[in-house]
Amino acid sequence: MTQLNRLSTGGRINRSKPLRFTWRGQVYSGYEGDTLASALLANGVDVVARSFKYSRPRGIIAAGAEEPNGIVQIGATEATQVPNVRATQQGLYEGLVAEPTSGWPSLEYDLMGAVGKVAGSAMPPGFYYKTFMFPESMWMTYEKFIRRAAGLGRSPIAPDPDRYEKTHQHCDVLVVGAGPAGLMAALAAARGGARVIIADEQEEMGGSLLASRELLDGGPATDWVASVLAELNEHPEVLLLPKSTVNGYHDHNFLTIHERCTDHLADRAPDTQPRQRLHRVRAEWVILATGAHERPLVYGNNDVPGCMTCSAVSSYVQRYGVVPGNRLVVSTSNDGGYQAALDWHDAGRRVVAVIDARRQVASTMADALKDRGITLIEGSAVLNVAGSTRVQSVEVARIDADAHQVIGPVQTLVCDTVATSGGWSPAVHLSCHTGSRPTWRSDIIGFVPGATHEQRLDAGALVGEFSTEGALNSGLAAARQALQALSMSVPEVVVPTLAPVEIMPALALFHVPHTLPTSRAPKQFVDYQNDVTAAGIELSCREGFESIEHVKRYTALGFGTDQGKLGNINGMAITARARGMSIPEVGTTVFRPNYTPVSFGAIVGRDCGPLFDPKRYTAMHEWHVSKGAAFEDVGQWKRPWYFPKAGETMAQAVNRECVATRTSVGILDASTLGKIDIQGPDAREFLGRVYTNAWAKLAPGRCRYGLMCGEDGMVFDDGVTSCLADQHFLMTTTTGGAAGVLEWLEFYHQTEWPELQVYMTSVTDHWATMTISGPNSRKLLGELTDADLSAEAFPFMSWQPMTVAGVPARVFRISFTGELSFEINVPANYGLHVWEALFERGAPYDLTPYGTETMHVLRAEKGFIIAGQDTDGSVHPHDLGMGWAVSNQKPFSFIGKRGMVRADCVRPDRKQWVGIKTRDPSVVLPEGAQGVFDPNAPIPMPMVGHITSSYWSANLNRSIAQGFVKGGHARMGETVYYPLADGSVVEAEICSPVFLDPEGERQHV
Amino acid sequence: MSDNPASSKEQYKAPITDWTGVADGVTGRSPLAHVGFDELAQMTPSDAPVQLREYALKGHLTLRCNPEDAAQTAAFEAVTGLALPTAPLSSVASSDTTVRWIAPDEWLISVPASALFSLQQRLQDALTGHCALVDVSSGLTVFELSGERAVDVLKKCVPVDLHQRHFPAGKVVSTGFAKASCTLRRLNDETFELVVRRSFADYIWLWLQDASLEYGLRVEN
Amino acid sequence: MLSIYCPHCAEHRDEEEFHYKGQAHIARPSDPDKCSDEEWGNYMYFRANPRGIHHEVWVHALGCRKFFNVTRDTRSYQVFESYLIGTSPSITGEQGGQPS
Repeated sequence: MTQLNRLSTGGRINRSKPLRFTWRGQVYSGYEGDTLASALLANGVDVVARSFKYSRPRGIIAAGAEEPNGIVQIGATEATQVPNVRATQQGLYEGLVAEPTSGWPSLEYDLMGAVGKVAGSAMPPGFYYKTFMFPESMWMTYEKFIRRAAGLGRSPIAPDPDRYEKTHQHCDVLVVGAGPAGLMAALAAARGGARVIIADEQEEMGGSLLASRELLDGGPATDWVASVLAELNEHPEVLLLPKSTVNGYHDHNFLTIHERCTDHLADRAPDTQPRQRLHRVRAEWVILATGAHERPLVYGNNDVPGCMTCSAVSSYVQRYGVVPGNRLVVSTSNDGGYQAALDWHDAGRRVVAVIDARRQVASTMADALKDRGITLIEGSAVLNVAGSTRVQSVEVARIDADAHQVIGPVQTLVCDTVATSGGWSPAVHLSCHTGSRPTWRSDIIGFVPGATHEQRLDAGALVGEFSTEGALNSGLAAARQALQALSMSVPEVVVPTLAPVEIMPALALFHVPHTLPTSRAPKQFVDYQNDVTAAGIELSCREGFESIEHVKRYTALGFGTDQGKLGNINGMAITARARGMSIPEVGTTVFRPNYTPVSFGAIVGRDCGPLFDPKRYTAMHEWHVSKGAAFEDVGQWKRPWYFPKAGETMAQAVNRECVATRTSVGILDASTLGKIDIQGPDAREFLGRVYTNAWAKLAPGRCRYGLMCGEDGMVFDDGVTSCLADQHFLMTTTTGGAAGVLEWLEFYHQTEWPELQVYMTSVTDHWATMTISGPNSRKLLGELTDADLSAEAFPFMSWQPMTVAGVPARVFRISFTGELSFEINVPANYGLHVWEALFERGAPYDLTPYGTETMHVLRAEKGFIIAGQDTDGSVHPHDLGMGWAVSNQKPFSFIGKRGMVRADCVRPDRKQWVGIKTRDPSVVLPEGAQGVFDPNAPIPMPMVGHITSSYWSANLNRSIAQGFVKGGHARMGETVYYPLADGSVVEAEICSPVFLDPEGERQHV
Repeated sequence: MSDNPASSKEQYKAPITDWTGVADGVTGRSPLAHVGFDELAQMTPSDAPVQLREYALKGHLTLRCNPEDAAQTAAFEAVTGLALPTAPLSSVASSDTTVRWIAPDEWLISVPASALFSLQQRLQDALTGHCALVDVSSGLTVFELSGERAVDVLKKCVPVDLHQRHFPAGKVVSTGFAKASCTLRRLNDETFELVVRRSFADYIWLWLQDASLEYGLRVEN
Repeated sequence: MLSIYCPHCAEHRDEEEFHYKGQAHIARPSDPDKCSDEEWGNYMYFRANPRGIHHEVWVHALGCRKFFNVTRDTRSYQVFESYLIGTSPSITGEQGGQPS
């Protein structure tokens, strides 16, 4: 294929670097420096998409982020598929593979096309609401169909092989946009000594200057751009981010920038290099210089390929050396349209006519046309286009001064391209993200950013400075203001000189009148991406949708990835006219992040795969891995769940571990328990306030179990706290509760009782904790220490310092299994050493490692709760039958005391925690099963409480369970039924939650 | 069992244990022992713009006291020879002792492991009034990240501003590190020290390694 | 994402370093046992929800672990001041939370 629309010279492409790319399976050529859009246009590709609703052929309209039609799917392999890429923003690379995202199953013929053509009138705005909502049961089917047909692209189904990075940035001044205003602002800010980030979404920086015919200081605008960029590049405090879209402007000047680092290089990012990088920027000051988008005029069949904006035509000619057609008609309402005609003509192709809706035209403009022999038709506009896959001719007629009706005969001009300009809409999108509302300026016929509480300044076309000179000056002014606010020196910066430009006021033309009423005229598109027409907006107003927000939702105007870049102002103007109001009275919709689509990869960054979330390990983790442990996630911790021997199922392993512990000795890695060092003269008083039980008399060397409740009286954590010395305690918390408990303790200390002298320090990570449990645990420990472990010297619920396996240790005689137990704590650096030493001496006792599952079974046999499993924030100690752990004798009204005696907390029919013994001992109830007293009651049955813990107990050779039953403490021996999902009903007896050794004889030895 | 040890407002001084006093032949194990820094140091390129090393098995002591108590600050200085850094986010260091401000009433002191017990004992003897000393040696490990791209690596890890103007040498911050946390101190223009919790050390090592990939990483020992 | 000044660290940090802990200046009753159910319920559960100025407790969870108060505008997310626990805000809202 030859590039039939490529000029032999000119443009900013690198003709020495030809590139091949594939579009819809066909190979084309382009050059380095092309975008996919410019390369497609160079090759004469007219149709790039089918429209969303009506399935009309669509071509490229614009040259930047505002492009509504050229939304493509990129990717040479399944894994590198990227949907929703704007062809105007995708740099061309060798081997690029692109497909249209719309028009399933093909661009030439498709199902939606048939629907759209045959049933076009059945698809007015609100179509989805009216048609597809009923019957509701069909919605899923419709949605699938619509999504597939709507051209939203598709996600890859293979993992993305590329890297995406996230990084934090801080700066004094963030400049958004590198056109004349942005470059000037960045230059001045940099010279003033500010840390500057300047980001621009295009493939290269320069903005409108890259396609300008103006001379700056007598030279081409691009020379000035190059010199500024060279200076900024040299500056150590300046970060230039081309190919980087500022997509979100969040609170307190936090902005997100989506940098496409290597998207323009190849299908896959080079090894070790990120494909994209998300910059999370905190800026002292933000200068928005986001420019403006040219509005196309709204006229009949204005979506036929070959209809473009004037500035896009200039961009393609000037920047890419591409003339996207042979015969051009320009239709404009302002001075902006003329450059397209001059560029087109000077490129050697035919300009049929320039049609200006105004009756008065700037003489310089008229002269420029006259010099080139180009016809100028004043007071007129293009009403309609003929053609289907390419413009074939246009209908032109004279319109009245208000641009409301056609007042002259219609003439036809043969052409293949129509460039229109309805003026410029400042790109206010980012300014809206933090809640600021744009304000209307009738002098520039556009919305500009509204007032803000952020440290934000606006410059350039964004504030209506559409001339290059005005943009440069406003960029400089913004930088000066920022520097002054930052107390930095304001440098001397000279704005380049430009030839004066004669400017004639624009005409407020949005919707070109037709000889027929809008409803019967050919389709006049306002929002191309969402197929919203002028007639559709008028209809929605007639149907009573008055607020612009409602019109937007009813018609889909400005929805989705488009965010109303081309169509919003035209849509508001049409709404205003339909309602007999002014545009500011109608107001504008608010734009939200993100400005353009951001890939999930960039949002995720490196928080994926092995780095998705921290994995916390204990000091003995490698041992567990080497012994084939199965692991369970407990919070972020990796805890051994069970240790299967070869060929064992989980149940077999757990049963073996349970029996071994009760018959000889088992060992548990309990390092993950939260541990808080508490010391100070008021430590004891503090404990008394935060625990429900008494601490005044706990002697050094002794340990006590405590319950923690919230002010509402509900249990939220528990654990053993030991008295290390009179004013020094070690508190343990649940694994998952550790951080929350410490923060909660600090909250009370810092905000309620700052007078208490107590310091709390987390020592969770410092200690490795291993619990040996079972009748042989004393003998085993005795082999590794000289300490006297006898019951007399070392009684239950006490602790002692001793040396274990040559390592200083704190050993606690506390038990979560009901067996004789020793909890050995050593500094974690020695944890593995002591653990292995226990195993070296453990063989004669069949020392058995066990995991969290066996721990759960053993404690359930003993009727011990697990906070967070047996409690859910609605359970107080008395509900659990743990009133013994509540001391009402303490002088201070401890946390939870008042809450526990609220009327609802003392009802006798509260759900209370009891043991549940199935009549059939082989049946293990599912946790969560709901109990009823009458299994024959009509549905919905009154439910009386649920199972919180349920296991097979190998030691008891039967199932055991605990759970809540209404008034359960007074119902011992009664029957409760559990109707299960499979239709069966399990009959069970209410009993004590303690199934084994209720007298506690096994641990008191 | 003793009688009711009724709390007195006098600071009670409990005997402290020399947790480093292990038997001969018993060696401590860093939370990153499995990484094998020695072997990696042989394998990684010598010209990489990012360098990482672990300072394992140091002695770390948390000190809690009142910076407005002149007797306490004087006692601290008398024992360590260093003025307690009471300004927020400041630190002081001598050849083998580093003292980092963590909070208005909290400091993290690092010394060689062999010096910890003696330091703790001398501080406990010298400090009067309400204070706390907690050995957290096994709960922490220390990374040193350096090189011309060290800042670029750290920018992917921590949300704080690392510019010299805001983060000069000697400044110390406790902050988030990816989804974990760290205490970060700048040693000089291109060198940072990260104190991290034992259980998160592997995650942070993996993250640092990953964040260095685009620049190149040399592991040092 | 908010930028919050920690009065203990004496610098601004990102919101992700902090935890929000609810409305400020809610004192625990000095004798909870003497509170009526209604008084206790008010302490436990009833909080202001102003459109405008709001005083709230934050903790520098990933930093110094200290608590402090913040005056924030619930409409704009502007943070006007951070101040120590036990001290009073310099900016207060009138009824409805409008700045005074």
